[in-house]
Amino acid sequence: MTHSAAQISYLEDGHTLRNWLLTTDHKRIAILYVVAITFFFFAGGFAAFLMRYNLISSHGLLGSAETYNRLFSMHGILMVWFFLVPAVPVTLGNFLTPLMLGARDLAFPRLNLLSWYLFMAAGFVALYAVVAGGVDTGWTFYTPLTSLYSKGHVVAAIVAIFIAGFSSIATGLNFIVTIHKLRAPGMGWYRMPVFLWSLYATSVILVLATPVLAMTLLLLAFERIFGIGVFDPAIGGDPLLFQHLFWFYSHPAVYVMILPGFGVISEIVPAFSRKELFGYKFIVWASIAIAVIGFLVWGHHMFVAGTSLFSAIVFSLLSYMVAAPSAIKVFNWIGTMHKGYIHFDSPMLYAIGFIGLFTTGGLTGLFVAALAADVHLTQTYFVVAHFHYVMVGGMVSAYFAGLHFWWPKITGRLYPEMWGRAAAITIFVGFNLTFFPQFVLGYLGMPKRYFAYPQQFEALNLLSSAGAVVLAIGYLLPLGYLTWSLLYGERASANPWGATGLEWTTPSPPPTENFAVTPIVTQAPYQYEQPEAVIHE
Amino acid sequence: MNGYWPSATVEGREVDFLLLALLLVSYAVLALVFGLILLYMVRYRAGSGVSRGARSRKTWRFEISWTAATLAIFFGLFIWGGDLYVRLFQPPADALQIYVVGKQWMWKVEHQGGQREINALHIPINRPIQLVMTSEDVIHDFAVPAFRIKHDVLPGRYETLWFQVDTTGVFQLFCTQLCGVGHYSMTGEIVAMSQPDFEKWLANGAGPEGHEDMAAAGKELFTAHGCSGCHGEGGVGGSPETTGVQAPALSGLYGRSVKLQTGATVTADDKFIRDCILTPDKTPVAGYPQIMPSFSGQISEEKVLRLIAYIKSLKSGSRT
Repeated sequence: MTHSAAQISYLEDGHTLRNWLLTTDHKRIAILYVVAITFFFFAGGFAAFLMRYNLISSHGLLGSAETYNRLFSMHGILMVWFFLVPAVPVTLGNFLTPLMLGARDLAFPRLNLLSWYLFMAAGFVALYAVVAGGVDTGWTFYTPLTSLYSKGHVVAAIVAIFIAGFSSIATGLNFIVTIHKLRAPGMGWYRMPVFLWSLYATSVILVLATPVLAMTLLLLAFERIFGIGVFDPAIGGDPLLFQHLFWFYSHPAVYVMILPGFGVISEIVPAFSRKELFGYKFIVWASIAIAVIGFLVWGHHMFVAGTSLFSAIVFSLLSYMVAAPSAIKVFNWIGTMHKGYIHFDSPMLYAIGFIGLFTTGGLTGLFVAALAADVHLTQTYFVVAHFHYVMVGGMVSAYFAGLHFWWPKITGRLYPEMWGRAAAITIFVGFNLTFFPQFVLGYLGMPKRYFAYPQQFEALNLLSSAGAVVLAIGYLLPLGYLTWSLLYGERASANPWGATGLEWTTPSPPPTENFAVTPIVTQAPYQYEQPEAVIHE
Repeated sequence: MNGYWPSATVEGREVDFLLLALLLVSYAVLALVFGLILLYMVRYRAGSGVSRGARSRKTWRFEISWTAATLAIFFGLFIWGGDLYVRLFQPPADALQIYVVGKQWMWKVEHQGGQREINALHIPINRPIQLVMTSEDVIHDFAVPAFRIKHDVLPGRYETLWFQVDTTGVFQLFCTQLCGVGHYSMTGEIVAMSQPDFEKWLANGAGPEGHEDMAAAGKELFTAHGCSGCHGEGGVGGSPETTGVQAPALSGLYGRSVKLQTGATVTADDKFIRDCILTPDKTPVAGYPQIMPSFSGQISEEKVLRLIAYIKSLKSGSRT
């Protein structure tokens, strides 16, 4: 292979469908994931939109509680397992990990491709469950409703999540091994970008927690299909056992969703403040702390479920402890902006939106971690608003921030900057209009998962649904202008933002082999030069 | 009917106070975070000519201090919330007990006097009320926003919830745990009445059909289901001479500790008696052969509650 052949961009390297579907190039697999994940995001979003439509009237506009229950279950299942959990790791993580490490690919390229096929297989089974009639249990599958009473296609949904779990485990293993073994010469652990640290912490959670979910779902399927008493007390089971097992996975999974988002923000804030990341080591170890303590807080989902007073108190304390590292990160991002030269390009606007929304979501986490306050607020719209602020306001904003930041690297094209900024602001405004009223609704006692509700909650629900229209427009805008940029966007230089990091040293889009010569790392990340110092000397 | 503020219970008003404190802490932090971001966005925007001065490099002192401050605030909130929670779920000994059974998709209530109601609960004010709750099918949740309380209602268990209302009125009751397609319709009302009104309601307002005392109804079941055949009339216990089998005495049982064949000692509470009726294999009492059949599937949760009420009413040595 000649030197110039090695420099062909990964997008130019073979155009057949076969080239794409059998590729082991991490960058192409990332693109495959982007396509899949975008589809699931809009499918789940469509369900959400119908739910908000239903809730405009206190009588329920869809006319059937059955339909509504199936919609919110579809929304939850698609969003959690087919968007939030995989999104950042499998798209940005897949694309960037080797580039940021100075490597040619992930440690196991074929396993990476297999992960995508597993994910797609899971997605098709999930869609089958939806098309066949749907699931009416909610994404949490509480027993014995799910195991013995539900009339939905529960088994198909379980199979889908079971398969998706294997995709997660394979991806997590791949990242762990890659980060351990394939760092470029000179890249010590403390010279690694924070994004990779957060991906590493995320992968550890995926590998350790996902098998518990798989086992739990298997037990659920056994009870449902064969009537083996695991969770239903009528046949000798324990209804709380399911909740313990389920949340043992699903609480750490929250950090799987948000930690990579932290990583993205930790790349963007220094780049657009032209300043070193403040408190690098603290941010790194905060990620590790979140991953570790995150395993010990599952019980805070069960403060009114019938567990002991003692366990409730222990889980409350641990929940407060896991919040501290998140607070550290927020303070450090703000510290990074201090005395910087802040540029307000689209990724930075999304990132600032992220900090605001995530902080609000985090603070309302204090409400639900405080035991007596949780008793009043849990299982109401307050909790719905809280986790949407963290997951959607946080993680989705971070995903959009990252997508805009690395878009020129991934596609070799620039997008229209004004549209990017307009979308970031529309999403921020639309999001707050949609979800802030839900805090008040929850405070007033409106229970979640109600198809129809008492009249007194109608005005706030109407406001929330109106906000959802703005939010939907905000999410459709990037779909439009990013697609436009693929066809007509200006060609991007290797480093359009003037950012540090090995990925910006390769051409945009990168060649198949990533680096013509393996780079050697000589300094810590985020060494941004202060423009003032340059001017005065 | 939905006066939200203030809570109708003393503990609920304490929850309101905690919520207010949480709100103030949140606003303070939000003001700090948003304030600093906005300030820096303006002051340190790329085009701004403001002097940046020397960069601060040492960060550990900052980090330690804001982490410590955060943890201190968190710990305070934890103690506050935890202390109140313990009180929310520790009923006073003299509470009036009322039984609640959740079922897809209704709340069935039975008072000690046998008065029954559906999707409604009448209570006297200024008196601690303790609900003993169970479910016939899936997990439900008994939630009264105006009292700031809720608790899951599980099949196979008795969960309790207590409160003391100090104002008359009608308050909304919700099921807040997804329990199937009719989940949204599993609502009701709590009617808080003065003590004389409540007694009047118990005497004649509680539905047209005749009702009898829960314990008396339990006594009938005790005979009808053949319990007395082994445990003796009045639950005095059986022996091969009197009833043909060796069966433990039930009078005076409630609240006593019982030794099981496994060596464990348990307190004979509602849950234990329920288990003995529905899953006797799991609670073999020491000194007796395990020959009792399970009544699981033969009697409803409500009937179990009536049997428990009857057994509770059997004082030691009584022969009613």
